[in-house]
This record gives sequence, C-alpha cells and structure tokens, in this order.
Amino acid sequence: MSAAASVPDDAGTSAPLLSVRDLALHIPVPPHVLRAVDGVSFDLRRGETLGLVGESGSGKTLTALMLMRLLEPPLDSLPQGQVMLDGIDLMTLSEARMSALRGRTVSMVFQEPMTSLNPVMTVGRQIAEPLMRHLGLSAREAAARAEEMLRLVHIPDPRRVAGAYPHLLSGGMRQRAMIAIALACRPAVLVADEPTTALDVTVQAQILELLGELQREMGSAILLITHDLAVIAETAHRVAVMYAGRIVEEAPVALLFAAPRHPYTRGLLASIPRIERVPAATLPEIPGMVPGPADRPAGCAFTPRCARALPRCADAAPPLADLASGHRVACWNPADG
Amino acid sequence: MAEPLLKVSGLEVHFPIRSPFLQRRIGTVRAVDGIDLDVARGETLAIVGESGCGKTTTGKAILRLIDSTAGSIHFGGEDIARHGAAALAPFRRRMQIVFQDPYASLNPRMTVGGILAAPFDIHRIGVAQDRAERVAALLRTVGLPPEAARRYPHEFSGGQRQRIGIARALALEPELIIGDEPVSALDVSIQAQIINLMKRLQADRGLAYIMISHNLAVVSHVADRVAVMYLGRVVETAPREELFFRAQHPYTQALLSAVPGRGRSRQVLQGDVPSPARPPTGCHFHPRCPIAQTRCAEEAPASRILAPGHAVACHMVSP
Repeated sequence: MSAAASVPDDAGTSAPLLSVRDLALHIPVPPHVLRAVDGVSFDLRRGETLGLVGESGSGKTLTALMLMRLLEPPLDSLPQGQVMLDGIDLMTLSEARMSALRGRTVSMVFQEPMTSLNPVMTVGRQIAEPLMRHLGLSAREAAARAEEMLRLVHIPDPRRVAGAYPHLLSGGMRQRAMIAIALACRPAVLVADEPTTALDVTVQAQILELLGELQREMGSAILLITHDLAVIAETAHRVAVMYAGRIVEEAPVALLFAAPRHPYTRGLLASIPRIERVPAATLPEIPGMVPGPADRPAGCAFTPRCARALPRCADAAPPLADLASGHRVACWNPADG
Repeated sequence: MAEPLLKVSGLEVHFPIRSPFLQRRIGTVRAVDGIDLDVARGETLAIVGESGCGKTTTGKAILRLIDSTAGSIHFGGEDIARHGAAALAPFRRRMQIVFQDPYASLNPRMTVGGILAAPFDIHRIGVAQDRAERVAALLRTVGLPPEAARRYPHEFSGGQRQRIGIARALALEPELIIGDEPVSALDVSIQAQIINLMKRLQADRGLAYIMISHNLAVVSHVADRVAVMYLGRVVETAPREELFFRAQHPYTQALLSAVPGRGRSRQVLQGDVPSPARPPTGCHFHPRCPIAQTRCAEEAPASRILAPGHAVACHMVSP
C-alpha cells in the first residue's frame, strides 16, 4: 500500500488543534460495567487527517460521538476525559455553547446519508441552515452560498439539486450533499464516520478525492473513522488502531503499514487479501473473535487471540508508550519493526 | 475440454415496472440482459460489479430462485431454465447458496441442529435416527463443536453464523455453491477465517464456486476466473491473472484503479451507475467511458476473444 499525500509542513511542530485525553465511556449495566471506550488519547493538527481504524465494537464511532457531544440520554452524562479544541474543553461546555460550535467549528459526516439527511427539507435548505444560524447570513445569501457549496463538491446542475429532496439523489450525490452541509461553515475539524462504506467502489474513489481536495483548500483537520485499512492507506497522514475500546498502536501511515509493531495490527494487515500476482494458499488468520464489552478479558484485551502473549499480559493493560518518534504502541511484547 | 458443470447462455431477467394503481406495464428493468457464463467442476468463477449491475440476480436465476425471461441454464448437460418444480428437485440438491447476511439468513426460531437437518427432511434423505450424527459431522467440517446443534443462531457471532450458513449449504453435498458476498458483512479479522474455510472445503470436495462480490481484493484471492458485470451485461471475462494485470475493458480498468490502497495514480470515473430501468443506448458504459466514440452510443459491442479465456465487449479494444 502506498503512503498518503504529503503532510502539511508544520504538522509535526504546531500545537494540536484538537487534543483528546483519557476519553472514556463506562456504561453501568448491573452487574457489569461495559467499558465501551476505555481511555483514548490522540492529537489532531491543522490540515492533518488522522485515521481511526477498528472493527465493529472497537469504540471508534462512540469516540466520535463523544467528541461531537452527540450521545443521547442517558449516555450523555457518562463520558469522562478531556477534549480540548483550540484551548476550550468541549466536555465541560454547556449545551448552548456546544451547539454554537457544532456545525461551525466541528462538523460530522455520517455513514448513511439517507438516514442522516432530513427527508422533508430540500438539499439547499439543509446547507443554508447552518450558514444562517452560525454565520448570520440572510436567507438569500445562504441560498446562494448553498449552491456554491454544491458546485464545490462537484454536483452537476447545483441549482436543480438545491431545490431537490434527498430521495431524488443517488447514494454518491447524497454523500456529496452531506459533505457540503458539514463543510458549509468551513469547520476547523471534520469528523467523518465511515463516509464511503455505503458507497460503490468507483463512487468511493470520487468521495475520497473530494475530501482530500476540500481539505487542501480549507485547511480543515479530518478525523477519518473506518474499518477499511485500504481507505486509510490512501487518505490519512497518521493512523490510530483501536481494539476493544483502546488505541493499541499509532503511527504515521507509511510506518504503520511498513513496520507495524502491535500483534493485532500485524495480524489485521496480514489477514487482508490484496491484489497480487500469486495469492497465498491460505490467508494468515487472527484466531477467535473480538470480545464483547461485557466479556472483555482483564489486562490487555487482545491476550486470548495473541501469539506473542506473556503471562503479564493477562494481568495488566499495557500503556500506549512511545517507541520512536510518533510511533506509539500499547503492548508488553511488541513485534520487531 | 470437458463439458462445463454449468453453462449459461443468453440469460435475461427482465422485471416489469407497473403503474401504481392500474398495474399497467409502463417499463422494464433489464436486471440481467443477455449474459453467457460457464463454470467447470472444482473451479471458482467470480462475478464482480457495483450495486445494480445484476450480479445477485444472475446468481438467483441460475439457482432458479427467480425465473429468467430468456436464455438457457445447462447444469450437468441438462437445460434447467424451464424445468417445473418436480423436474428441478434433483438439481436443487446439486446447487446451493451462501448468503451475505449471516444474521438474516438463519431462522431465529430454529436450533442450529434443526436448521442443518432441514435439507435432509426436505429431500427425504436418511432416517431420523442418523440426523444427529450427520449434523454433528457438518458442524465439525466447518470448525464448530457438535454441541452447537442445541443452540439458537442469536447465540453465535457473525463469523460463527456464516460457518453455520456454509454447513447448511454443504448438507446435501452439492457440486456448485453460489456465495453472494459471503464475507462482506463480517469483520476484517473474521473474513480471512471464512475465506480459508471455503477454500479448504473446495480443495477437499472438488466444489465449484460462483463468488459474487464487489470486493476485488477478496476476488483476487479466491477466483480462478472473473466476470465483470456492468448494468446487466458481462463486459469482460478473463482468468484471474489476465483480469487483474491485463484488463482491457475501460470499466474493468476503472474498477481496478478505484480499489483503495493500490497507489495514487487513480483514474476516477465521473458520474454514477445509471438505472437499469433506463440504461444508456449502445454500450451501457459509454456515458462514463473515458475513450468512448460515437459508435459506442449507437451499437452495443459484441464480446470478442482476445486471448484464451479472455473475452471483452468493447468497440475500442483491438484484438
């Protein structure tokens, strides 16, 4: 797999735009406590794309919903930790102040555009709404900007589409419309949760190109959440791999694919079929399955599936420690680079 | 060359579009619009394409789960396309399917043992006493403990359920299994387990597979030959290597270059797949095709052989 686009020059040195520390969601379900997200920390810099990868149940979507403050009651009172955006802790903001930021400074694109667009409002109105609400544009100005946004996301005939309802658009067009809504106010941070998973592969390629193009133009930072490592390989600058509610490895994208150190990352990369000249007779497998949040083992949650496990792995969870510059691994017995 | 196990010629599946109230026929969806395929014993043919290309409908028509509107389906030398239920019964045993969604394709009210015994009951095979033994053997074959027979589908993970779906397909010892996106709904770390299981079963039992998939990386790992579909037609058929490294049809090339993680020289197609109710004239791909000429809008290209086993339907490809 190839390395992603060049990282912005100041990405390594500038202060992070978004800084997440010890983010956790522990849900009491007597007699258990489900540790759905269990201490997640990462930084996101201006103009950078961080890929958050994991399988279902790894906690990646909950992480996104927590930092957008979109969890619904009764879960909304449970998140712990810190989410600093440009010096403001989003976790302690009042709902009124958070809602002034949402859609303006931090925006989100969801996986399924059909269920996240309003079916009884025209596409143009849905793009205009945040512009009127956050930037105080008049209805007429906002409508003109909405058309401009549709043109920006390469929707043909933007005037007609602005007056159309979502059900009239194809899946790819709906996802473009949702990106237009999310980016209307030029947010500093865009959270994209599986933005191409529901799309066909040729349309996926279009949407990934579009996100990269808009990022270069607007300088937004993108948190790209996906289960698809190939998508990450193409679009992200850095990658954080999640397993059972925690980040187990984080590295610049080329390094993660070339020299993964965590046994889970290695197993995952090895198990993915690739288009190559001679297919191996059998694919390397990771034995067993991802444990549910109720039956997560003590210590490192990957221990029962891990070929490199030591006795101590079952006792204590390893911290996410620095191996080399920008390469962090949570493992007591990491593989050689 | 030996006669193929399955030979499909000129297969068409057209669905009527009816008006809301009077139910008058106001149009036709040409889901499958005249395709030719064959599958040899023990080989894997993959059918790839994007949503709406007709790959799943093709699979269902071959299994006679839906009726075709034209064409022939020769299985083991006999055309079964127009067979009635009685004539079809012996063929049903010889062809099976594994579905995409392991949650929706197992009856939640039946035990796994009941699900796996049902094929024997329907086809009146063996006696009730040896059912338990047959079921246990099937479970072992797919890597599940025999005790699983007493439990219900919801007690299993996605990967285990797909193993149960495969065990059910194996029950009657078929010669052909159609897998309709058998690993797409599974987690990445589980996909390899199921792919390996299916390859091992093929090697052990000489099964033929038709793998229907949108995932080209998975296909490149399992297929002997690949057929690429676009809007109801097969645009290119080739042996695996030929298709992945010497693709000739511009749609196949675009599909391959859209696969993420293969470098950044990507050829991005414009627009979406048109509706099969209103397919473009001539070559269905011409409005999105980077090399289309006037002729492509007027005349549908016939399939031509470029190399042994490599057929392409494109005016612009010279042999």
